[in-house]
Amino acid sequence: MAPLPPLLTMSGITKSFPGVRALDGVDLDVQAGEVHCLLGQNGAGKSTLIKVLAGAHQPDGGEITWQGEPVTLGSPIAAMRLGIATIYQELDLIEGLSVAENVFLGHEPTSAGFVVHGSAARTATAELLKRLGHSEIDPARLVGELSAAQQQIVSMARALSHDVRLIVMDEPSAALDPEEVDNLFRIVGDLTGEGVAVIYISHRLEEIRRIGDRVTVLKEGRSVADGLPAKSTPTHEVVALMTGRNVEYVFPERPKAGFAEGREPVLRVEGLTRRREFAPVDLELRPGEIVGLAGLVGSGRSEILETVYGARKPDGGRVLVDGTPLRPGSVRAAVRAGIGLAPEERKAQGLLMLESVSSNVSISTLSRFARAGWLDRRTERAAAHQAVRELSLRPDNPDAAISTLSGGNQQKAVLARWLLRGCKVLLLDEPTRGVDIGARAELYTVIRRLADEGLAVLLVSSEVPEVLGLADRVLVLREGTVVHTADARELDEHRVLDLVMEGSPTS
Amino acid sequence: MTQPAASAHEDAPTSTAKAAADKEGSGVRRPLAGWGDVRTLSLLGVLAVLVAVGGITAPDEFLKTSNLQLILTQASVIGVVTVGMTFVITSGGIDLSVGAMVALASVWATTVATQDFGFAGILFTAVVVGVGCGLVNGLLIAYGRMVPFIATLAMLASARGLALQITGGTTQIVTVGSVLDLGARDSYVLGIPPLVLIFAAVTVIGWLLLNRTTFGRRTVAVGGNAEAARLAGIDVRRQRLYLYLLSGLCCGIAAFMLIVLAGSGQNTNGNLYELDAIAAAIIGGTLLSGGRGTIVGSVLGVLVFTTITNIFALNNLETAVQQIAKGAIIVAAVLVQRRSPHGDA
Repeated sequence: MAPLPPLLTMSGITKSFPGVRALDGVDLDVQAGEVHCLLGQNGAGKSTLIKVLAGAHQPDGGEITWQGEPVTLGSPIAAMRLGIATIYQELDLIEGLSVAENVFLGHEPTSAGFVVHGSAARTATAELLKRLGHSEIDPARLVGELSAAQQQIVSMARALSHDVRLIVMDEPSAALDPEEVDNLFRIVGDLTGEGVAVIYISHRLEEIRRIGDRVTVLKEGRSVADGLPAKSTPTHEVVALMTGRNVEYVFPERPKAGFAEGREPVLRVEGLTRRREFAPVDLELRPGEIVGLAGLVGSGRSEILETVYGARKPDGGRVLVDGTPLRPGSVRAAVRAGIGLAPEERKAQGLLMLESVSSNVSISTLSRFARAGWLDRRTERAAAHQAVRELSLRPDNPDAAISTLSGGNQQKAVLARWLLRGCKVLLLDEPTRGVDIGARAELYTVIRRLADEGLAVLLVSSEVPEVLGLADRVLVLREGTVVHTADARELDEHRVLDLVMEGSPTS
Repeated sequence: MTQPAASAHEDAPTSTAKAAADKEGSGVRRPLAGWGDVRTLSLLGVLAVLVAVGGITAPDEFLKTSNLQLILTQASVIGVVTVGMTFVITSGGIDLSVGAMVALASVWATTVATQDFGFAGILFTAVVVGVGCGLVNGLLIAYGRMVPFIATLAMLASARGLALQITGGTTQIVTVGSVLDLGARDSYVLGIPPLVLIFAAVTVIGWLLLNRTTFGRRTVAVGGNAEAARLAGIDVRRQRLYLYLLSGLCCGIAAFMLIVLAGSGQNTNGNLYELDAIAAAIIGGTLLSGGRGTIVGSVLGVLVFTTITNIFALNNLETAVQQIAKGAIIVAAVLVQRRSPHGDA
């Protein structure tokens, strides 16, 4: 490319966390004035990389040079002093402070050590907002009163309030409407015109084609391609780079295709929808079937699951179990009808971490072990023991503290809860998150066995191979809309990723 | 009833597997159940030390039967309030209005009009006023989605205000003989004052409710992880409503006991009970963040505080010193709690 030395080069960056090698040799070079796109699946290491760049994480190895000079980014302040600003996906603004106070947070204009109130910061902020094409935002307003798009502009104004040479944007378009995206692109164009470099992270290929100059692809903590031309690299090549993994999962054998066709559906979802989350979705689940929902984070997968379960109230549509419609937005109605959920955040949403395995398993079935509210703790414990034993949970001890169990065994405790209740429909949200590879295969076997015993399973996972390997049928979601439905055997990972990124429904 | 037998049979697939399971079991069981025992024992130790201190510093008075009866009687009123508070805190909530509810119930139950209905009228009114206040708290918190701290703070202010409104600041003397008799020495059962028996009964019922019923299990679940409880199909809101009703009920009972003890109703009754009850529950081992509660610990906490007050009074020490000592005990207990094995979750 250009003969100039690159603004930033990173080479051989490595970073490990306990038990995980998050970055395993990443190379990246960024030229002044370019839009450099970073692509990769969930967990490929994008977030860790930009945190290293922001000075929030220290790399274990590798070299970083800035305008030809080797540097260490020892802290967020050090990165900021060089002119690196990061706009995180989760905006890090303080809602109770004004726009101007947020923009100048940490480097308030001072006089004799006192923060100068009012005019100086407000004038400077108004200046920045104007440059971003949003002079309608009042610098004196509280950030909490602004829309998501406006908050993003404030975040950007904060980045520009420093003498910035490189801006990192983590999925900036995820929360924006189309016209707001256009404005974002105009701002990016202005910035690069002034010689500022932009590292742009997005799952949307068409955006990368529109504004990107070059692309670096991360996979499993490595950069598998760097500096690809953003506009001309064919989609299938990008997708191929992002997939093709080294670890092979072992999945239990499926029953033969069409085995469930004659059966009456146990769960029917008709036109279920939530505004801004997902478009009306129809779904049928027969006993013995595992149906998977594939899609990226934010595509509405978990939202659909939680709405079916009644944990979120739908804006339209209904859920029927055995032909009987459920009261919308009521978890208790869903549970009573025979639906069970293994939630995405196992510790925060699923488990009572101070309690024993037995208490965690029996919590949805308590009244069965009680007469007039009086618990028969021996039967309760014995039944819980029976349930965890059927799933070969270890240790084989219902009195063990749930907090001492591994992730896989904690997940089994959640499954045992619904097994004990005898539910008909099991909703699994990221069932193998935080579960190590060996224990995954065992969980897959357990899930398939439960299906073979007549349970209907609805599965959500951000790992495409998991959905394809475990499910019988797959619904592919893109931004809240089902773009494709097919037998899992007719799909492969490339095809699914094409669909979730391009969203072009064929067939 | 067949299930325990069946599982006992299955318990012995191979002797080595069973031994391994047992070993693992005892290894993990201890931190769960054992820590509570350690704490209970240490509180009993503290109580024993206090009794020794009392016996040494005031040898003539402290160990007299009448003094011990006094300590237990004083502990009874705040003890009943603390049992209710323990449930609320275990569920992750707080009830700042207990003192004010006791005051309002005690004055409402001692108005001239109420006293016309005699013993039953006083008892009934005290309980109904307590439960009524608890109902308002519960509805605001469970269905009005108010933060417990704020809702019960509002109840504290308004119940105290209403109590003052009713009495106009005067002491309402009780003229119903049967109520007064309950506090008299003649009605002691085997040397135990009836108020202490009420406290004992509330304690036993509270312990059973928390440890042996679905209600108790749900309380712990809501306090430990309200979202997980909701997703497990528990009606979290209704549970919260019941818990504030329970606290109100305990305050109603305590108000009746206070009427018996003082022979009157005053709008200043139950002053700072909320702090005493919270402190006793916390030093007893109930987690302020919810998810774990102990009735036995709360009762021991109440006894520790009441005994300290008694010793200080016998030795003519100022209330200022008492309060400093109370503060120090709370800090010490919380520091011990932070070193406990469940801080690591």
